[in-house]
Amino acid sequence: MAMTMHVDIVSAEEAIFSGPAERVFASAVMGEVGILPRHTPFLTQLKPGEVRVITPDGEENFYYVSGGMLEVQPHAVTVLSDTAVRAHDLDEAAAIQAKEEAERALQDKAAEIDYAQAQVELAQAVAQLSAIKRLRGRR
Amino acid sequence: MAVGKEIRTKIKSVKNTQKITRAMEMVAASKMRKAQDRMIASRPYADKMRTVIDHLAHANPEYKHPYMQVRDVKRAGFIIISSDRGLCGGLNSNLFRKAVVTMKEFDEQKIEMRFCTIGTKASGFFKRIGGNISAQTAHLGDTPQLADLIGSVKVMLDAFDNGEIDQLFLVYNDFVNTMTQDPKVEQLLPIEPKEDAQLSHHWDYIYEPEAKIVMTQLLTRYIESLVYQGVVENLACEQAARMVAMKSASDNAGDLINELELIYNKARQAAITQEISEIVGGAAALS
Repeated sequence: MAMTMHVDIVSAEEAIFSGPAERVFASAVMGEVGILPRHTPFLTQLKPGEVRVITPDGEENFYYVSGGMLEVQPHAVTVLSDTAVRAHDLDEAAAIQAKEEAERALQDKAAEIDYAQAQVELAQAVAQLSAIKRLRGRR
Repeated sequence: MAVGKEIRTKIKSVKNTQKITRAMEMVAASKMRKAQDRMIASRPYADKMRTVIDHLAHANPEYKHPYMQVRDVKRAGFIIISSDRGLCGGLNSNLFRKAVVTMKEFDEQKIEMRFCTIGTKASGFFKRIGGNISAQTAHLGDTPQLADLIGSVKVMLDAFDNGEIDQLFLVYNDFVNTMTQDPKVEQLLPIEPKEDAQLSHHWDYIYEPEAKIVMTQLLTRYIESLVYQGVVENLACEQAARMVAMKSASDNAGDLINELELIYNKARQAAITQEISEIVGGAAALS
């Protein structure tokens, strides 16, 4: 029997593939890589592209990943797939947006309205509770 | 019959409330199941990530990443995960209480704090207590996506990179089971090296293109996945807590209805008795 290694392909939101394989191909940032069992420890970034897994019975499985990381141990390969398209600029934009949102929330009065609304609701609840107590007392 | 009109309206309104709470309970139950599935689905990634990070800690990298270096703590950052909506029992207040206890300790040590809030409840609370909020995300809905969190997490990681914070914590609810949710404060950064590293075995990865770039990406993804896991877990907690809160609300409404009905029936009976005695009295007076 040919040698195999354990392959896991996971993304933050779900597990995509897990099982033995004879060979794995992936598109790393420095070019396509092919991994066989007993590869030396290896860590690289992946480009958006396909990951091919060849299982022991010769079947070829294709998975698309939108970038991520590839970790290789002599008997295990792990593909940590990204769920979103990532780029430095995009990340930067998202960070700026989160910051702006915080600033906006600090300035606008919407949350204060929330607070006022909560107070009104609380007052109502308290009034209802005391009404219930009075009703119980009357019995 | 005009007897007990107020009581009848009251019963009707309590019944309406009970209908709503019962509906909310059922919605929360089904959402909780979905949230739990999502929580389980996201676990393998975090587990694998942790394995790789462990490997990294065991290896002897030529490059030591700042995220793995412990430094003097002068300022700390918190990522607080809360729900967007209320009506989920004491879930958020328990979490905030836990966070406030930790913050107090930091305050005594004169450590400045910065916050990143996820969910409207957290941003409302920390704004009220005058916290320094540097980023926020809200309205993630029932299917939170990692992409929605990247921005907020990056703000905190950048702050760590620039030395604006020296420690980063994640505050969230841990889903134990439907009845129990455990508020937790977890340290994200720096990643503490495990003591049991087998130093006898000297090896290192081959990094492509370069150790620094690869490790930055890996560690960033790691932190993001932990935060995502926290968000998903918190969502399951929220639905579970809401389900339990709504169940007890429905039960309370049921008790209230029983009591009100008893009062109403008594009043009705008293009125009938009075009427009969009036009729009998009237008849007796005539004869």
